[in-house]
Amino acid sequence: MSPVAEYLVSAAIIVGGLFILIAAYGLLKLDKPMSRLHAPTKAGTLGVGSILLASMIFFFARGEFSLHELLIMAFLFVTAPVSANFISKVHIHRRRITEDLPPPEPGSVWSTLERPASENAPEPGETDDSEHPGS
Amino acid sequence: MITYAIWFGFAAIGLAQLLTFWRLLIGPGRGDRILALDTLSVSAVALIVLYGIAMESRIYFEAALLIAMLGFVSTVAYSRYILRRDLIE
Repeated sequence: MSPVAEYLVSAAIIVGGLFILIAAYGLLKLDKPMSRLHAPTKAGTLGVGSILLASMIFFFARGEFSLHELLIMAFLFVTAPVSANFISKVHIHRRRITEDLPPPEPGSVWSTLERPASENAPEPGETDDSEHPGS
Repeated sequence: MITYAIWFGFAAIGLAQLLTFWRLLIGPGRGDRILALDTLSVSAVALIVLYGIAMESRIYFEAALLIAMLGFVSTVAYSRYILRRDLIE
């Protein structure tokens, strides 16, 4: 393998490992739930993207060129915002956020906080849903 | 040289998974625990791809892709269960 490719692969692996480590540190260090959502969704995908780039350069330098890694990269980049949106909706639904939401249209509630019609009573053990407007 | 980089990558991702697992244990809310599980699956993808580089083999690619897809589906399923108390309405 040429030394240029070796340097590139090493640099990409180190950058990716550092990004994943910083993402986990931010997940542990940040204090609010919405701030904790920020760290792994951005830096985690960037770190994985960098390590996949290292894998592409490594196998390209060995003469086995293929674009398999782009599949994982595209899948992670597409699905990271979707799962982050779902987790932030869980935070809103469980009332783990500190600041209040802006008021919705008169006579309605936010659809995240709305309950399905089959569920008319909060289940036992849930104390933080007691002031629920919809039930 | 590339060997040292791979060992550094293994150490960094392993430490990151330990920190994420600590957040999974102490996480005050359910959303934090779902987020920790999602982060664990994403860093497992990076770990498997790095192992493929270390072994100089391409057969680990399918495992990485499977873990990426299952991590996304399980995150969405868990969040949707908390949001709607039902997966398929």
